[in-house]
Amino acid sequence: MHAMSYARVGDVASALAEGADPDSRFLAGGTTEVDMLRIGVARERRLIDINDLPLNTIEDLPGGGLRLGALARMSDVAATPSVRERFPMLVQALELGASAQLRNMASMGGNMMQRVRCGYFREAGMPCNKREPGSGCAAQGGFHRGHAVLGTSEHCFATHPSDVAVALVALDAVIHLQGRYGERAMPLEDFFLQPGDAPEREHPIEHGELITAIEVPAAPVARTSLYWKVRDRESYEFALVSAAVAATVTNGVIREVRLALGGVATRPWRARAAEQMLTGGPAISDAFEAAASAELAPAVPHPQNAFKIELAKRTIVRVLERVSAA
Amino acid sequence: MTTTLIGQPVTRVDGHAKVTGAAKYTAEISLPGMRHAVIAGSEIPAGRITGIDKSRAMAEPGVLAVLTHEDLPKVATQPVLTLSLAGTVAHGQSFFPMQDPVIHYAGQPVAIVVGETLDAATRGAELLDVTYERTESITVIDEGRDRSYVPEKILAGLAPGEMGRGDVAAGLAAAELTVEATFTFSANHQNPLEMSASVASWDDGQLTLWDATHGPTATQMTVASLLGIPASRIRVITRFVGGSFGAKAMIWAHPTLAAMTAQIMHRPIKLALTREQMFTGCGLREDNEQTITLGAAADGRLTAIRHEKLSITSAYDDWAEPALSGSGELYACDNFAAVYHLIKGNTMTPTFMRGPGETAGLAVLECAMDELAERAGLDPVELRVRNHADVDPVSGRPWSSKGLKECYERGAELIGWGDRDPRPGMRRDGDWLIGMGMATAIYPVYPLMNPQRARARLYADGTAVIQTAASDIGTGAATVLTQIAAEGLGLPLEMVRVEYGDTSLPFLAASVGSTGSTAGGNAVHLAATGLREQLVAQAVQDEGSPLHGADPELVDVVDGVMVGPSGSESYGEMLGRNFVPETEYLGTYQHRVDDEHALLNFGAQFAEVAVDAALGVVRVRRMAGVFAPGRVLNQKTARSQLMGGMIWGLSQALLEASHMDPRFGRWANPSLGDYLVPVNADVPEVMVETVEVDDPFINPLGIKGIGEIGMVGMAGAIANAVYNATGRRVRSFPITIESLL
Repeated sequence: MHAMSYARVGDVASALAEGADPDSRFLAGGTTEVDMLRIGVARERRLIDINDLPLNTIEDLPGGGLRLGALARMSDVAATPSVRERFPMLVQALELGASAQLRNMASMGGNMMQRVRCGYFREAGMPCNKREPGSGCAAQGGFHRGHAVLGTSEHCFATHPSDVAVALVALDAVIHLQGRYGERAMPLEDFFLQPGDAPEREHPIEHGELITAIEVPAAPVARTSLYWKVRDRESYEFALVSAAVAATVTNGVIREVRLALGGVATRPWRARAAEQMLTGGPAISDAFEAAASAELAPAVPHPQNAFKIELAKRTIVRVLERVSAA
Repeated sequence: MTTTLIGQPVTRVDGHAKVTGAAKYTAEISLPGMRHAVIAGSEIPAGRITGIDKSRAMAEPGVLAVLTHEDLPKVATQPVLTLSLAGTVAHGQSFFPMQDPVIHYAGQPVAIVVGETLDAATRGAELLDVTYERTESITVIDEGRDRSYVPEKILAGLAPGEMGRGDVAAGLAAAELTVEATFTFSANHQNPLEMSASVASWDDGQLTLWDATHGPTATQMTVASLLGIPASRIRVITRFVGGSFGAKAMIWAHPTLAAMTAQIMHRPIKLALTREQMFTGCGLREDNEQTITLGAAADGRLTAIRHEKLSITSAYDDWAEPALSGSGELYACDNFAAVYHLIKGNTMTPTFMRGPGETAGLAVLECAMDELAERAGLDPVELRVRNHADVDPVSGRPWSSKGLKECYERGAELIGWGDRDPRPGMRRDGDWLIGMGMATAIYPVYPLMNPQRARARLYADGTAVIQTAASDIGTGAATVLTQIAAEGLGLPLEMVRVEYGDTSLPFLAASVGSTGSTAGGNAVHLAATGLREQLVAQAVQDEGSPLHGADPELVDVVDGVMVGPSGSESYGEMLGRNFVPETEYLGTYQHRVDDEHALLNFGAQFAEVAVDAALGVVRVRRMAGVFAPGRVLNQKTARSQLMGGMIWGLSQALLEASHMDPRFGRWANPSLGDYLVPVNADVPEVMVETVEVDDPFINPLGIKGIGEIGMVGMAGAIANAVYNATGRRVRSFPITIESLL
């Protein structure tokens, strides 16, 4: 690891001023970032510790929404009674992620910024377009069992690793950013870029810009929701496939449905094609299967991860059956 | 002898130190003036180094030196692969790195960077510019399938490349039922929690080496041979070891590299491997393919077994994990043939890993037996009982002890085998298909090749110290040795302390291949009982003793008090009266070759699994293992060790895989984030029991060892349970979701 300097800031203005240094980066929970620094994937020489910033509140918004401070810890969000009551899938996604120790450290904002698990991205000296633009993608033709089948490009098909971002994207969450020149907000879904021909650019965030909060709008549908995670190991592993689903079913008809996928795409994947087919239709297995097939139709398989297409379809059917029976 | 302590579930003597962090592991040793060394490994799997530019590394603040093959001394003796079981040198491979620019495998040490701090040395290694000329490499079986050969010997010359008896072709021709199947196994790495490390310090030509190893004496002799200095000038200390699972069973390059670096730098040097370097620094279980053919009569009795294995070895050693011998020993069958096929490739020499040999081989035999049971319409347990080997099928000798039928019976009871439906896919619990499977476990009882020693010393204050060189790799050896010593001396546990893990103590070979308790236990037993006899003999001859003139045979020792027919006194009283501050006895255990009996360790293992019918997820619900390992020295540590073995078996069956990227010749997942080992949530109810078998032939304490046998049958039992749940025979390990979709 290279030599670094370290500053600890107590307010947003100081953080933004320090963050103007182009060779700096913010440090929150550090659960991914410290690894990235250690293995030489993150190379900045100045760390700005933002953990003292007053951005750790978890607020109920009037009307049933939530505002999660960027520094709220995953475990604190999961333990909040109103979150548990209104957004079960958010809580499940949090609690199925990482380990208890990591959830106590990791911040919500940092979770949105976590890096991919692709072994070639993490191994200096291997070709990786995300780490060294233009160097090639070693995962193509290499070890890629965990890689994405949706939102891929020939330049990169590393899977986005977050669980909770999948639930948040299903809930139409909005992310708030603050830079030296002002504040802005965007749908969280837009905050995750597909790799396309520039896999090194993962978020539309400027250098030195801070994530301040994630807002979750009120969603009565989410009271009947769940997050399902398929993986080889029962705990402490990234998803092979995951699905966040919320649905309102009356008289056997799906009135409203939210569906997003994890583990299969280069970003938290809102399954809009499936949602569209399901909404207003019957809550029956045939419909679920048709919707799942439609969602996975554009999937691009590679030899080791082709099974994810079938696994994702079956997972979608499973979660829809569960949530519509609830 | 009153048996009060051996077998008791005594809590670990080092437990408090370990859970409070007081226990110091090798990488935590810090010496005045010590500097840090970091290995830079080859980025290519084959070829040669064409240049090493040290300038960027040396420019990094805190970097003191960069050593390459041009700077390092030549080894005094070319290493020759020698098993640590031999109790002498224990070269993990017939190759020592950094002697010339030739590259045999990725990760092979090409330079050592020395820094004021670990960070500086690490950074220096990152900045080192090495250029290579790469040549063609073979790192997976498919790249070398057409170049395979049958080695004359494997296992450092200790086992033949081909073996057998009878006439397999005739046995198969006579068979009414046959099963033939090919299985593949991923490469595995041992992944102990503690990474390997060595700290070397020279003082006036004497080397002190702290090393994380099974065998301080093995490190001592191996390093002595490579450096060309007398063993008497090397002291190796191993206080605590954070697991090994085979990674530390042979002696790899790093302790010698640490010693060489310390010599060059005139400083104590710490050299610790990183987690990634644990994938290229201490051997591996090679990926392999095995094909088995069983022939049987209609009643299930075996008429022939043929078992072959294909795997990659290093350029310079004929290593094959000895997976096939178990197929010739487990069942009564007159016709048996086994052949190892090897491919020379670009890997380091593979090595021991958890239940080496039997773990991989029996998974294959026992899955094939499950298929045979189905063909024969027999219960899998019944099939095994029908083929029970009443005598050793290899030598024809009677077993020293067995107990296998009792293991089958008790294991079946524990798991509720009677509830199993032999038809696959019949039991369901919601989304889950439920299945049960079983397998037999056996493990060799390896002979110790040299005398094993321990010293018992009693002080006049009545306390005792037991000294022996071997380390406790986390198994609980220090605890059971304390029990054996206390019982032998007739002292309470708290009056006995064991000193171990130091070559200045009496010789003990590395604790490998389930021999640790046999070697250490019997040596300590002989030391303790010998000292007690010496003390009693002294008392009955001492005119001042109340025991004077008593028959030593009639003297018992209870809590340090010698009790004779007509009087008693404590050890301490007798020593004090005679102005003797302490007295010692050296116990020597020499393995006696038994020409009349066959020695083998037995067990039976059962599993109940749940397989998500749609999603292919496999979760083990219950495991039961019943073993007959001879005398159990400590019910608590034995249970923990057997349970640990069973969990590793679950891991072999469902999780562990090292993935090679043959384009680069490098491991693609060398981290604990990507190489999966079980977490608590994966571990179900684990039932462990032992069947006590009295074995008067095997060694004075009647021990067969429990280090490996817990793992051996587990993967087969789980695979068979997956079949019973789903009707799918998965023949590729680990069994993953994609094979069950």
